[in-house]
Amino acid sequence: MNGMIHVENLTKYYDGFCAVDQISMDIHKGEVLGLLGPNGAGKTTTLKMLTGYFKPTAGHIRVKDYTIEDHPLEIKRMIGYLPESSPFYKNMLVYDYLEYAAKIKGVAPGDRHSRLRFLADLCGLNDIMHKAIGELSKGLNQRVGLAHAMMNDPEILILDEPTQGLDPNQIVEIRNIIKKIGKEKTIIFSTHILSEAEATCDRIMIINKGKIVADGETKELKASADKKTAIHIALIGPDLAAVQKELQTVSGIDSVEKISQTEDGVLTVNAWTRSSEDLRESIYRKIKTTDWVMVEFRQEVKTLETIFRDLTRQPN
Amino acid sequence: MWQFAHILKKELKDYFISPIAYIVISIFLIITGWFFFSTFFLYDQANMRSFFALLPIIFTFVIPAVTMRLFSEEFNIGSYEILLTMPVTFGDIVFGKFAAGLLMTGAMLLPTVAYPIAISFIGDLDWGPVIGGYLGALLLGGAFAAVGVFASALTRNQIIAFILGSAICFILTLIDKMLFFFPESLLNVIEYLGADFHFHNISKGIVDSRDLIYFISVIFLSLYATRLALQNKN
Repeated sequence: MNGMIHVENLTKYYDGFCAVDQISMDIHKGEVLGLLGPNGAGKTTTLKMLTGYFKPTAGHIRVKDYTIEDHPLEIKRMIGYLPESSPFYKNMLVYDYLEYAAKIKGVAPGDRHSRLRFLADLCGLNDIMHKAIGELSKGLNQRVGLAHAMMNDPEILILDEPTQGLDPNQIVEIRNIIKKIGKEKTIIFSTHILSEAEATCDRIMIINKGKIVADGETKELKASADKKTAIHIALIGPDLAAVQKELQTVSGIDSVEKISQTEDGVLTVNAWTRSSEDLRESIYRKIKTTDWVMVEFRQEVKTLETIFRDLTRQPN
Repeated sequence: MWQFAHILKKELKDYFISPIAYIVISIFLIITGWFFFSTFFLYDQANMRSFFALLPIIFTFVIPAVTMRLFSEEFNIGSYEILLTMPVTFGDIVFGKFAAGLLMTGAMLLPTVAYPIAISFIGDLDWGPVIGGYLGALLLGGAFAAVGVFASALTRNQIIAFILGSAICFILTLIDKMLFFFPESLLNVIEYLGADFHFHNISKGIVDSRDLIYFISVIFLSLYATRLALQNKN
């Protein structure tokens, strides 16, 4: 087993509502895994089960050779966790809090000082060490959380929406920290910002309604995304059914979906293609045979974002 | 293995950094001091009996006020999640918090040691019942702190934790005064359940194993119930 974390059929019910539905995955050493999904998809619940905070309704979690039922302490020692919105004790000073975390996480008394120094430099906490946590801004609070998570130099870092609520500069800073530490550590983080996952993760997993709907290396996913293209067309004249009927006859078109329809009769649709072949010419010729007026026509290369939207779209 | 000590230290620091400890201790001293000394000179007896007689009912309200924040606050701000994902067991958490509540009770009682010392100067004080009384007060404080910790583990609302804790302590204090409501066959059992009854035995200076076992069982049961409540939370 060179896998770091092994998850099998993990399931969690809350009062009959299924938040996570039989998720299985293997996460390897040194991987940076991005967990993507819309709000309420089960990302946070999955992470909370990995950290041992939630008890799974069913399924198994193994971290290295330990199971969460038999060796919760060993697993907790190996995992550094940054919960969503970093809820720390508001009345404690940053220094006091980090020292307390160092003690509980078993950092040897002789190393505590140097470890705190190191983390303060890494996370940029030097100026706020003697402020109460409750007085900190969102971004600073998040950095305290990151220092807390990395306190005992854990092999695995689990970060729940680490960049949520930060300004663009802070987001870049946090991402750089993740990249820096991601070279040696196994990192799992959840986000709903796709570009972030694209920029920082080796592997992306998309979760929707408690199930894994896509899982693969970032490069692979992007490559498969490039094969699918959307052709964006705005027309005056027809209704959706007519457009669908007409365009379906062009070979290579997979589906036609409505984007919008304005009051003055401009219908905007996306025609999806399965192949990488350029269908613009045949679509143009097809539309030329009708009396519709074309006001917009462009090809959109499918990005991760469109994959994400595809996989997690709610049926209307 | 000494993980609970870190939690204990953190909770104690919290009490003494914030005004909570000073407010609670002052209120406790004002109430006990007033009730004790307002009748002390009328009786003209050099003993602490009326001080210890007051303690159960005062503890009923003061100790749940001390312990109400221990878990409720953590649930409310969400820091409980962080606590639980650090390498500590439920046992460490529960015992650390309970010990902080108990030490707070000790800190509350400590200034009242001035009373017997002052009395011993003006009269002939029998130290036996006084020492028994303080031992009993710590046991009683421990039992109520454990009940308070349990109440706090049930809710994220500190006010509810306080009311619930006080209600349970109130029943434990008063149940042996309600004996006339119960059938005769149950009298011994009900009397045994009363915290007041056992406390008064000890504060007479008689340390009986039955009374010790009573307080230790209340502490143990409450802490065990707290652990179960936490375990079933997620």
